[in-house]
Amino acid sequence: MTAILERVGPAIGIEAQNQLTLKAEVRGLSFHYGAVRALKDINMALHEKQVTALIGPSGCGKSTFLRCFNRMHDLYPGNHYDGEIIFHPDGLNLLGKGVDPIEVRMRISMVFQKPNPFPKSIFENVAYGLRVRGERNKRNVEEKVEQALRSAALWDEAKDRLHQLAFNLSGGQQQRMCIARALATDPEILLFDEPTSALDPIATASIEELIHELKEKLTILIVTHNMQQAARVSDYTAYMYLGELMEFGVTDELFIKPKRKETEDYITGRFG
Amino acid sequence: MAASDVHAIRALIASRKRWDAAFAVLGFLALMVGVLTFVALFVDMAVKGLPRLSYEFFVSFPSRRAEHAGILSAWVGSTLVMVVTALVAMPLGVASGVYLEEYAPKNWVTDVIEINITNLAGVPSIVYGLLALGLFVYQFGLGQSILSAGLTLALLILPVVIVATREAIRSIPQSIREGAYALGATQWQTVSDHILPYSAAGILTGMIIGLARAIGETAPIITIGALTFIAFLPPAPVSAEPPFLNFEWLTSPFTVMPIQMFNWTSRPEAAFQLNAAAAGFVLVIMTLAMNGLAIWLRYRLRKNIKW
Amino acid sequence: MPGICAPGVVFCHNDSPFAMTAIATGANVSAMSSVPQAIRLTGKRSRIVRERLIESLLMLAALVSVFTTLAIVYILISESVVFFRQVPLWDFLTDTQWTPLFDDAHFGIMVLLSGTLTSSLVALGIAIPLGTVIAIYLSEFAPFGVRELAKPFLELLGGVPTIVYGYFALLFVTPLLQILIPGLPGFNLLAAGIVMGIMIIPYVASISEDAMRAVPMSMREGSYAMGATRFQTAVRVVVPAAFSGIASAYILGISRAVGETMILAVAAGMQPNLTFNPLDPAATVPASIGQVALGDLPHGSIGYQTIFAAGLTLMLFTLSCNIAGHMLRRKFREAY
Repeated sequence: MTAILERVGPAIGIEAQNQLTLKAEVRGLSFHYGAVRALKDINMALHEKQVTALIGPSGCGKSTFLRCFNRMHDLYPGNHYDGEIIFHPDGLNLLGKGVDPIEVRMRISMVFQKPNPFPKSIFENVAYGLRVRGERNKRNVEEKVEQALRSAALWDEAKDRLHQLAFNLSGGQQQRMCIARALATDPEILLFDEPTSALDPIATASIEELIHELKEKLTILIVTHNMQQAARVSDYTAYMYLGELMEFGVTDELFIKPKRKETEDYITGRFG
Repeated sequence: MAASDVHAIRALIASRKRWDAAFAVLGFLALMVGVLTFVALFVDMAVKGLPRLSYEFFVSFPSRRAEHAGILSAWVGSTLVMVVTALVAMPLGVASGVYLEEYAPKNWVTDVIEINITNLAGVPSIVYGLLALGLFVYQFGLGQSILSAGLTLALLILPVVIVATREAIRSIPQSIREGAYALGATQWQTVSDHILPYSAAGILTGMIIGLARAIGETAPIITIGALTFIAFLPPAPVSAEPPFLNFEWLTSPFTVMPIQMFNWTSRPEAAFQLNAAAAGFVLVIMTLAMNGLAIWLRYRLRKNIKW
Repeated sequence: MPGICAPGVVFCHNDSPFAMTAIATGANVSAMSSVPQAIRLTGKRSRIVRERLIESLLMLAALVSVFTTLAIVYILISESVVFFRQVPLWDFLTDTQWTPLFDDAHFGIMVLLSGTLTSSLVALGIAIPLGTVIAIYLSEFAPFGVRELAKPFLELLGGVPTIVYGYFALLFVTPLLQILIPGLPGFNLLAAGIVMGIMIIPYVASISEDAMRAVPMSMREGSYAMGATRFQTAVRVVVPAAFSGIASAYILGISRAVGETMILAVAAGMQPNLTFNPLDPAATVPASIGQVALGDLPHGSIGYQTIFAAGLTLMLFTLSCNIAGHMLRRKFREAY
């Protein structure tokens, strides 16, 4: 813990350090798709109840990195993790051989780039995680669904059509429903994989506002190809390039005074 | 997260994973039902039929004495019918497929054609037999002949050939067509010089599958009135003296392999049932070989053509 | 004979590919801009005629399928009309005997329909559960190698000639069943139905599996990301998403079962029998058509017309099934 703070410390004020706890630590993470090495020796800290953004050009591995957190790569054959992601406070290594990916996914939820509602009603979509956990108490389910929809700022629009098909919602509404779905199970970390790239500016703004409110309750890791978005919503930013973590720091400082030339080149738009 | 919560989650996941494992086993067992049936069928045919398979079996006519009966008229009839079927279905099917993929405009006529093809694929084979009886045998006066049978089976497998042709043509990238047109080729030149040769393998696969289906069809042939006891061969298509080719065989009465098997199966004497098993074994080997060839061709195609 | 030249074009009477290329690539720019498309089309009259002729021939070939359907409809209806002039429709629908070739002939289609219904129910009771389970297994669970073997195998299973299946039902399955069910008659609907069911499994499985594979991976990822297991994802997300495709598979399976002739002709006997008990022998609609056709059918006799009336009944049913299945498949394809 102190080791990490030593690395990150200079980037954030000493006063702030004492108030922050870590939710996860990435240590020496490498990832292979078959023979291709997609991630190279990444070390990073994820602070609790803060928003951390991953930025970088296309193909830099930011989505690949994100998907390590909830073991999505396990769904496809030929993938291989090296290194650790230590999950706090229990110190569990998410990538450990004996650790069940399903257990990981029950504690870490994800929102995808394109909204992916199930062919069910809005209610059943949001309740899905609860049903999968075997929650049978009808009252509990209803409460949690309402709570989740409120947190996702969708309750007012959805409350009168909870039992209609989710497909009938607009793109922005569907994405908020997917967020509600991810929230209904009280995850400890919420992963966002370019959540607004398929949405119009108004829907995008509402989701960014949502992220701002959500960070009071949980830790958020968001991948975005839009630097301005990263600057708007995140507390910490990590810049990745060709599978490596180039720089990590407090968002304001990284954008105003990046420490590495590669970061500066990307931020100032010298390449895309 | 509290330790007790973690425990509860782990127990829940474990019980859910048991369902996963149980279903995987169930799925595999279901597949095994099919495998076992196939194996039982094949082995049963082989055990009962193989002893009967001899040179004599292939060159003898059916007879009232089971030990002397053979499938000569049956397999010759099947071959001749298949010749007619192939000669009719191939040009019609390929031409239809080419028209629909390369020429047809998007209008209601094309829709009607496509709907018809899909419907015809689902018409029971016995209805094709009724069509043949009413139309070919009586209205057109073709009689209960190899020609009627060949035409009927050609219509029956037409949807298969058309669909295979269309799929094969569809897999040719647009850039090839554009390249040909840009060099000034006409539509037909593009089709005959490029589209057809490149899709030939796929079309051939479809044709083989269609013929494999046709060779085993019984119901339409029964309805036309193929007789079940034919102790003679249709007149030979080729002869030594001029005219070297004749067409009398087209109008001759005939029988085919499935009908011969049907006839023997219907006889209560055990000896005939052995003959039926032998004929069935030959049929199964033929259809397996044809289907297997088509599957292998398709596999090779997929591997070789990288557009 | 020189072709029709547009003003300013030098080579249009020349058939050389060079000229065609020159025209096609707009080498003669001024001519192209004043007379665009017309040049190529009016190049050679006979070529145009030939192209049009070829197109018409191809279209005629394609129209054969339409003619076939029209011919089927025409034949069935015209002969049935003659039939129904002699046999009242009411009798046809309600008579409880089917003896078209006897002197005292009865024409109750219900008798045949009972055989069809019973055998189809047995067959679908096997094909639908097993076919669906196999489809889910192959789509969501099976390792790649198993899938690559299973799909061609299912094709082979569906490609066995139905007369061979009939033989199998009569001479292998029935004796086996007779051990389990003493007193089972040599001809029975049960053995035929079971074998028919196994024959239909490949149809149900492959269409359902295609429907499930078309469900986008993003939907499955959404489910797995919530902590669902493979079974939960398959049953709660993939199957509902593929529902209309799966339903069309079932409908096409029904159509196949109802139209099947040989397995039932051989193993269930061809004696018309009004029964709903699978342990009995009975004739189905197609089997009875076959049986009547096996005998001598003078053109224009009542026996001859009977099979067309029966065929019409069969056709109406399978046609509605096929249309319904097709529309469902269309609807499913639009959804994704």
